Amino acid sequence: MRIIPREQIYQAIFDAIAHITYHNDPAVIDLIDKARQIETDERVADVLGAISLNNEISPIDHIPLCQDTGTTIVIADLGRDVLISSGTLQEIADEAAAPAEKHCPLRASIVSEPLFDRKNTGTNSPAILHINQVPGDQLRMRIAQKGGGAENMSFHLMLSPTISPDDLTDLLVQRILDTGSRACPPLVIGIGLGANFERCAYLAKAALFEQLKNPEPRYARLEENILQRINQHGTGAQGMGGNLTALAVHILFEPCHIASLPVAVNLQCHDHRHLEITI
Amino acid sequence: MKIHQYTLPLSPEQISELEIGDKVLLSGVIYTARDQAHKRMLSLLNEGKELGFDLSVTAIFYCGPSPKAEGQVCGAIGPTTSSRMDKLTLPLLEAGLKVMIGKGERSSEVNEAIHEHGAVYLTAIGGVSAVLSRCIVSCETFLWPELGAEAVYRLSVRELPCYVAIV
Repeated sequence: MRIIPREQIYQAIFDAIAHITYHNDPAVIDLIDKARQIETDERVADVLGAISLNNEISPIDHIPLCQDTGTTIVIADLGRDVLISSGTLQEIADEAAAPAEKHCPLRASIVSEPLFDRKNTGTNSPAILHINQVPGDQLRMRIAQKGGGAENMSFHLMLSPTISPDDLTDLLVQRILDTGSRACPPLVIGIGLGANFERCAYLAKAALFEQLKNPEPRYARLEENILQRINQHGTGAQGMGGNLTALAVHILFEPCHIASLPVAVNLQCHDHRHLEITI
Repeated sequence: MKIHQYTLPLSPEQISELEIGDKVLLSGVIYTARDQAHKRMLSLLNEGKELGFDLSVTAIFYCGPSPKAEGQVCGAIGPTTSSRMDKLTLPLLEAGLKVMIGKGERSSEVNEAIHEHGAVYLTAIGGVSAVLSRCIVSCETFLWPELGAEAVYRLSVRELPCYVAIV
């Protein structure tokens, strides 16, 4: 059994939030810079230039990449031999998500109840926490700030299990294109396939953290196909046209019921703020 | 790309010169309002009360800023999705609003009402808050501070980059 002090976990989450508030995913920065350099349309180049500049000056000016500093997401892979010295991961994540004046002023974007009062918690907590128990004595955490705009454009469908891959592609491409510029393209697209109703949505979220090509060749082709189809349509960065509507598509799949084919799509805007840490 | 350097208030002639896709560098005093502020503004208008500012000479910016750190003029500034305000926009246009700044598409009703009232809908780039924050000269809470980011803030802006989406 390995004991990890509560303070160490708190500090790791806090530091991750303070970092991603001002630092975009380096792969996204790179793709946008490259697209800007070869863009011939003046208006699209203007938009991509602003996004590039924002990535550059956010840490210098100490102004968050986006005013929507988002919901804090923590996906924790908790080793079965780990004991946290005190408190629960949820308590620690909530504490770390709360805005720390001076150091990292986050926008309080969370309301305590969704329908009647919608009173702001004022602390940007609670965080959304997913815990997976895994072998070993380490705690791996994938931490993200997820803005409301792209989250609102995300969707979930329970499809017929006999749908063909081509029809699935058509359906997903159309539904994603229907979101227009509201999710703040260029997008990173996380897709969950299979599992059940709620697990599928989790897979879509977790897919946003994937960095590499899908190891399963058929799913890698599906990702590539969806990406190409979306980018052929001409929505472009912020809906201004061009061929950079999406930067990447990642699919995670799991076994599912014989009667079901759940699919969930989680959209991520161009401020792809996430970090992975292992303690 | 045509670029207009405009200072609020905008005259009907200035609005009529705008074409979809033009860039506008907007200066002057604007007010932020998101979902909850819209609900409250509509309640005031329904009761025949004053908002405390003249809708016809300013712009409504769909924005909820992040708090500023010590020594900063403002925190992060940027547009939120305008379509959430669609159902709450018509009464404001009827009350004289001429300029809206947000991001994303609007409903066909809002589209028509913008044409009918000689107004303009501008989009700002979403998710580039550090860039937009450099255009803010001053930022103060104007109405309903208890709403936090959803309060109405009075912003003085200099050359805020926007694009004409509906005119």
